[in-house]
Amino acid sequence: MQYSSQSVAKPYFIAAIGLFVGQILFGLIMGLQYVVGDFLFPLIPFNVARMVHTNLLIVWLLFGFMGASYYLVPEESEKELHSPRLAIALFWIFLIAGALTIVGYLLVPYARLAELTGDSVLPTMGREFLEQPTITKVGIVIVILGFLYNIGMTILQGRKTVVSIVLLTGLVGLAVFFLFAFYNPENLVLDKYYWWWVVHLWVEGVWELILGAILAFVLIKVTGVDREIIEKWLYVIIAMTLITGILGTGHHYYWIGAPEYWQWWGSIFSALEPMPFFLMVIYAFTMVNKRRREHPNKAATLWALGTAVMAFLGAGVWGFLHTLSPVNYYTHGTQITAAHGHLAFYGAYVMIVLTMISYAMPMLRGRAAANSNKAQVWEMWSFWLMTVSMVFITLFLTAAGVLQVYLQRATENPLPFMVVQDKIALFYWLREIAGVIFLIGLVVYIISFFVGGESKEEAAA
Amino acid sequence: MSEIFTKSMARNIYYGGSAFFILLFLALTFDTSIALPKRDHRENITPQVAQGKVVWEVNDCVGCHTLLGEGSYYAPELGNVYKRRGGGAFIKAWIKMMPTNIPGRRKMPQFNLSEEELDALVAFLKWSSEIDTAGWPPNIEG
Repeated sequence: MQYSSQSVAKPYFIAAIGLFVGQILFGLIMGLQYVVGDFLFPLIPFNVARMVHTNLLIVWLLFGFMGASYYLVPEESEKELHSPRLAIALFWIFLIAGALTIVGYLLVPYARLAELTGDSVLPTMGREFLEQPTITKVGIVIVILGFLYNIGMTILQGRKTVVSIVLLTGLVGLAVFFLFAFYNPENLVLDKYYWWWVVHLWVEGVWELILGAILAFVLIKVTGVDREIIEKWLYVIIAMTLITGILGTGHHYYWIGAPEYWQWWGSIFSALEPMPFFLMVIYAFTMVNKRRREHPNKAATLWALGTAVMAFLGAGVWGFLHTLSPVNYYTHGTQITAAHGHLAFYGAYVMIVLTMISYAMPMLRGRAAANSNKAQVWEMWSFWLMTVSMVFITLFLTAAGVLQVYLQRATENPLPFMVVQDKIALFYWLREIAGVIFLIGLVVYIISFFVGGESKEEAAA
Repeated sequence: MSEIFTKSMARNIYYGGSAFFILLFLALTFDTSIALPKRDHRENITPQVAQGKVVWEVNDCVGCHTLLGEGSYYAPELGNVYKRRGGGAFIKAWIKMMPTNIPGRRKMPQFNLSEEELDALVAFLKWSSEIDTAGWPPNIEG
């Protein structure tokens, strides 16, 4: 660790991992409720478990992005963070606000929570992923603004690199598009149209800039490849991302009331969306093959390569699977969507945060450049357990989705939703088993932090 | 990548390409806004329909159901439920009788909605079922 203020990243990473555990536990509850419908009812209805599952994901990824930024930016800018104290204060504000929101979901009926938090003053609740009370949303804006100020001042006063500028662009975009969460018109069609400006333009837009910047940073560090080469790749990848992804938003506008021409714009541009992810795979492997040093942190390199491959599969391939409008006509809002959502979020965003944690945490813990071999072996086991089980979750949901589409939508005698759900229950059971293996992988991941042994110094190749 | 393709060329594609497609997206959004009134029939959004949307939201209906295919995949699509169930009477009765007593079946909570809220919700679902969704869903089962 070159700058002492980088250490503020550590609590962010620890919180991220803690919330990740919560997310997975609630995922398992939901998975079981798919087949044992009255499990934990009425204590934790499905919708509550789902809110907790998805909101924890978003919050822990944000913790991860912030931690990654606090670690990366001082090193790129070659100066201490503008205000480490602000970073720590915002950490606690974000953690407490997040925890209170989750507790609110669990302890109070949602309608009562809306009432208690004054949702009627500025109604923004009750929309997918944006279920947070309006006051929590205001809190998120405050935290992100403080964070952007801190990161922005550091970048602007220090050395400006392509990595830090791309990261900052992504983070500013994240803040700007979140503002559409406050726009909730009475007209459902307009509501949906602009809701996607938060959701799509985050995950298929500006978040990919953040992903690209973090991946570039880690690749520069672990491969020692010339920064110029990596930065050129980064520009090409994010150019492709935005060129395809912005109009790719159209794939959400097929069936929500928007004009039919979106079927053309959406199909054509989102068919191109796998390209930047494919480039990312080639780039990550090329950089590792051309490495000019043997970094002792093999686990971090594995996570970095894994991010590229799984993001390509989850976001690229599984996205393409159902993005063309004639296909989407049948798959829209089925388990196919769920399959894609799981692999894309895991492959792109979960894995990039775990890549950064893997790279930075040994140094944040004063362990030289890397953990001991033994600890890395545990970490790599967790990589394979989580990644392979997530692939199986995706395959089982895809199988469920194909059957659902056939039985409910693409047959002569379509069956009602609940009848179909009963017929495909086997695949939900298999998904739940894969989910348990994922949890085991996560436990192994956490254990890896407590495995000791001689930490490893960096050696010249 | 070869030396012919330089970093500054890559950067220019990034800035130029992004700017171009942001502008194109805004232009299409503008065109969509003009086309929407004929498709969403906003003239039919009465105060009751608007209240129904609030009821939909503050009870997190989207946490289990989909509406025009968006939401959760745990419970049936409701964008066309008004047509599937032949009006509002069934919808109101169904919501009132929740939760079902069948062991192991997926459960919908009892939301204790007033008659006014139920009517508003039905009005909202009726309006939703009349949006021009380009022929989606493929059949009445949603």
